Amino acid sequence: MSAVAFTGTSVMDVDAAKVRGAGSNVHFDKVSVAYGAHVVLHPLSLDIAPGEILAMIGPSGSGKTTALRAVAGFVRPASGRIRIGATDVTDLPPYERGLGMVVQNYALFPHMRVEDNVAFGLRAQGADKALVTERVKDALGTVGMSAYARRYPRELSGGQQQRVAIARALAVRPRVLLLDEPLSALDAQIRRNMVEEIARLHRSLPGLTILYVTHDQTEALTLADKIAIMRDGRVCSHGPTTELYRRPPNRFTAEFLGRANLLPVTIVEGVGSKGFATARHGDKMLTGAGRDEKTGAKSLLCIRPQHLSLTADSEHTNRIVGTLREVHWQGELTHLMLDVDGTPVRISATRLPMALPEPGATVPLFFTPADTSLVPEDAGV
Amino acid sequence: MPPAALLALLFFYPLALIARQAFLDDSGVANFAEVIHVLHSRFFLNALVNTVSISVAATAGCLVVGLVLALILAFVPFPGSGFIAQLIDTFIALPTFLVTLAFTFLYGSAGMLNTGLMEAFSLPLPPVDFLYSAWGVVLAEVTVYTPFILRPLLAAFSLVDRGQIEAASVLGARPFRIVRQVILPAAIPALIAGGSLCLLLTVNEFGIVLFIGAKGVITLPLLIYGKAIQESAYQVACIIAVVNIALSLGLFSLYRIAAGRLGS
Ligand SMILES: Nc1ncnc2c1ncn2[C@@H]1O[C@H](COP(=O)(O)OP(=O)(O)O)[C@@H](O)[C@H]1O
Ligand SMILES: [Mg+2]
Repeated sequence: MSAVAFTGTSVMDVDAAKVRGAGSNVHFDKVSVAYGAHVVLHPLSLDIAPGEILAMIGPSGSGKTTALRAVAGFVRPASGRIRIGATDVTDLPPYERGLGMVVQNYALFPHMRVEDNVAFGLRAQGADKALVTERVKDALGTVGMSAYARRYPRELSGGQQQRVAIARALAVRPRVLLLDEPLSALDAQIRRNMVEEIARLHRSLPGLTILYVTHDQTEALTLADKIAIMRDGRVCSHGPTTELYRRPPNRFTAEFLGRANLLPVTIVEGVGSKGFATARHGDKMLTGAGRDEKTGAKSLLCIRPQHLSLTADSEHTNRIVGTLREVHWQGELTHLMLDVDGTPVRISATRLPMALPEPGATVPLFFTPADTSLVPEDAGV
Repeated sequence: MPPAALLALLFFYPLALIARQAFLDDSGVANFAEVIHVLHSRFFLNALVNTVSISVAATAGCLVVGLVLALILAFVPFPGSGFIAQLIDTFIALPTFLVTLAFTFLYGSAGMLNTGLMEAFSLPLPPVDFLYSAWGVVLAEVTVYTPFILRPLLAAFSLVDRGQIEAASVLGARPFRIVRQVILPAAIPALIAGGSLCLLLTVNEFGIVLFIGAKGVITLPLLIYGKAIQESAYQVACIIAVVNIALSLGLFSLYRIAAGRLGS
């Protein structure tokens, strides 16, 4: 296993990709999909770089599965082209696209042993016996299921079945791995472990391009190099994971990707040389990281729940006041629900003052300008 | 147990009478000479061979036609496929000889096919006469009994996870391989159940064979009818009937075993 961090490109990434066979990029060129008159995917243009994990997230029904199935070849685009590497696959049947796919309910072949499930694709592609044996061993080893080769799927737990499904997809050395809600059928504990395992898997196969569809933002934040957020059949934002989280380009992204507190503000002084703007919320003057906000414009100040503090310090130059409504203790985290001039605000903290204020009390809240981001009120909505 | 007693009286007593007729002579003494004579006779062996070969051929035909139809209806949906599935299903409700009658209109010597061909090519005689042969019987039986295969197959296919088919397809399997390795394994109990039911029904088929009336195509049920009703040779008829019953019960147990596995 290489020691390369799975985000970013390094020299080692490139070397490993050469050894493993470089992954391909996936290119959506104005791809639209309609069922009858019902358009479920509006012309979508998107590029997934070789070796990149792109997480496509969004609420149920936003068209994520449709986009993934268009890449797999089960949904015919009404218009547009899909390219994988140098190949235009739009008119190719699924069995000629050279992909791997893993879906929520595993879809293992119930009458085949684990090893035959994993060997299925290689045999279908006419690989010789020795290669099949070697690759099956390899793929099962990669997902830690070597000891279960002779079992039938029904003799495995959900998590184990999903590992086999991943091994089955990897055994054919796909150009692109398509994952559609692969962990949604598993319970929380196993899901967390599996997310880490997929991250590890990608570190060992850095050339593998992955399209990861999920409605779970934690999975996306943990795994993805880039995220595309879908809404009503459109990509409403797309960018590197940390950037999208730190500087959400619109309200929907801010709310969907990690919970955001969004304070309505009016810009008093546009962005200065340090990238900060001054904004007014009620009678409070606040400083926030901005882009090109104009003086007088309405905006939203995005503050993540973990960045609000009940105590002041030298960095916390922003101060607002709220009324405490509820306190939820969750073990490692405590959530405080407040009301700031009619806007619900949440604080998530690992450490709180020993004496918490009672619900109904008025409490000052402090935060650092660098932890904020001004989000346009209406962009992309 | 009155229900069991009633059942025995209604069903097994008549069967017992047949067996008694078969193995006892008029004075009530066991007489196997006649049994051995009948079992070695040319007419019996001929009918047995006819019955089994027609039944096997018809069942094979039903399996092939049923499988192809079920695959199309289940996996290549087209507008109206649901209606067609139901239409084929209603075949089960029709008397078997009606289909034979329809066949006579279509393929008989005065049927549409023959008159059409005779007119088109100015032929003096009807060119197509396969209907009046064992093949005619097989064709009619395939038409009548295919729904008995189609029905359990469609039920089995509806349970196949579409995700498995798609997974196979992405992995590089072409449709034929998917049918062989993903779909058929799930349908084996249905094929065995439907196939044994077809064997059972075709072994006992009477109406179709009688209606086609092909020369020399005598099956066991037809032979029993002839011996009992036309020749009044009751003991001979009963001996053949016992063989026919044994054959049926054997096939029926096969069907029950397969249907049991299908249900589990
Ligand atoms: N086979 C289909 N026929 C008609 N509508 C469909 C079909 N599949 C999906 N849709 C519709 O397309 C929209 C997007 O679905 P989908 O891509 O599955 O969303 P997601 O995966 O984001 O939950 C939904 O409104 C859904 O109802
Ligand atoms: Mg989906």
